[in-house]
Amino acid sequence: MKKYAYFLGCITPLRYPNIEASTKIVMRELGIQLLEMNGASCCPAPGVFGSFDLFNWLILAARNLAIAENMGVDITVTCNGCYGTLQEAAYILRNPNKRSTINETLAKEGLSYEGNVEVKHITEVILDDIGLEKIKSLIKVPLNGLKVAVHYGCHYLKPRKIRGHGSAERPTFLDELVEALGGEAVDYKDKMMCCGAGGGVRSAFSDLALRYTLDKIRNIQAAEGDCVLNPCAFCHFQLDTGQKELMESKRLEKPVPVVFVTQLLGLSLGIPVEKLGLQYNKVPPYYLEKIGLKIA
Amino acid sequence: MPEMSKVLLSISKAFQEEIVSKGSKIFDVEELLTLNSCIQCGSCVGSCPSGRKTAWRVRLIIREAQLGLRERALSKDELWHCTTCYTCQERCPREVMTTDIVRIIRNIAFEEGYVQPRHVLVAENFFKTGHSIPMKEEIKEMRRDLGLNEIPPTTLAYRKSLEEVKRLAEYSGFKEKLEKVKK
Ligand code: SF4
Ligand code: SF4
Repeated sequence: MKKYAYFLGCITPLRYPNIEASTKIVMRELGIQLLEMNGASCCPAPGVFGSFDLFNWLILAARNLAIAENMGVDITVTCNGCYGTLQEAAYILRNPNKRSTINETLAKEGLSYEGNVEVKHITEVILDDIGLEKIKSLIKVPLNGLKVAVHYGCHYLKPRKIRGHGSAERPTFLDELVEALGGEAVDYKDKMMCCGAGGGVRSAFSDLALRYTLDKIRNIQAAEGDCVLNPCAFCHFQLDTGQKELMESKRLEKPVPVVFVTQLLGLSLGIPVEKLGLQYNKVPPYYLEKIGLKIA
Repeated sequence: MPEMSKVLLSISKAFQEEIVSKGSKIFDVEELLTLNSCIQCGSCVGSCPSGRKTAWRVRLIIREAQLGLRERALSKDELWHCTTCYTCQERCPREVMTTDIVRIIRNIAFEEGYVQPRHVLVAENFFKTGHSIPMKEEIKEMRRDLGLNEIPPTTLAYRKSLEEVKRLAEYSGFKEKLEKVKK
């Protein structure tokens, strides 16, 4: 059985634990073992803590990597921010000179990082370790032509040199997952545009972040998407909680439900809606009706 | 060389060198020196989602970095409008590390006290909990209902780990910078 250390970060456990719960259930179902990373901290966030002090950012990221290294396993994540930080830190720390500088500081706490951890997004675990063919054979609830608008999230794809997923302009892998599950992947204007939350923009200029989100949601509505699929807890937070904020300030009338990649996959695998925690997304999952499901 | 160009060159070098030397702890120097390759074509600004909505112009910050206009670059609020989406960096025809250079310039701005009050709260929360945001009662309930431990197995559950993280953020020099910013 393949094993990963599940790095939680902040948004997943502290704002959207339904992402954590659905990921754990779906991975169990698919035969992937997730181990807890006891004592892990914030990744730290690439755009916020990276913007304050990159040296501090790298030291704390190295500490998180070292936890997994001591466990003897690679890391998986459910947030593009955590992915951004930990994979970039692992990339930088493959350089022995950079590593020894960081290890000088880690040594004061009796820690070290030797450069042996790979960081894989949960989407990669789904697509590479399991694969679409296997997934197709496990479908219990086909998505029945549900119109799904994919939001990939910037830090999943960029910088390409580190991420290694090919095109950052026209990626297709999540759209292919949607189609494999029986849904219809819909294209929309400015599909690759950021959710607006990154780089500390949500925390310091929440209104600017919301203007990104509003553009995104309007474009998805114009393409008649039934829901937004995304692989990032932070984008999920911005797109889901952000729509609630947009409605409260009367800038948006009708919202589009947001669904995390392991939540949509879980639905297809026949896992009960409540166990996936769909009732805890701020925008109610109106799309369930279309695939013959509802919240009990 | 005419007197004026000499002055310009000497000014511009200082800020550029500061950016390269700060950044070199993290990135490769060759990557950072791409700062010199910018031809002001504007592909970055044309790609920038924040540039569509605000006065933030990433091309301008690269120009200011080249010309040594340090104060101007550091002091503008717009510097913090970039979401670090990397669109500009990926599209730059001269392969300038725009987004990473923005992060380095922000590091310098932070040290100089140009910081957003809300960001100070995020940093303070990190020293309290090891996370960027606080736990909430309603989330604890949600976690219980979903069959998860009320408190996740992070620095929130492990006091010793939290102390370790706090000390590391002190050895790195970050704590001192944050204290300075708060004054
Ligand atoms: S795209 Fe590159 S070369 Fe063109 S202005 Fe921007 S940083 Fe300079
Ligand atoms: S990384 Fe920043 S400057 Fe570059 S395109 Fe994105 S928001 Fe604009």
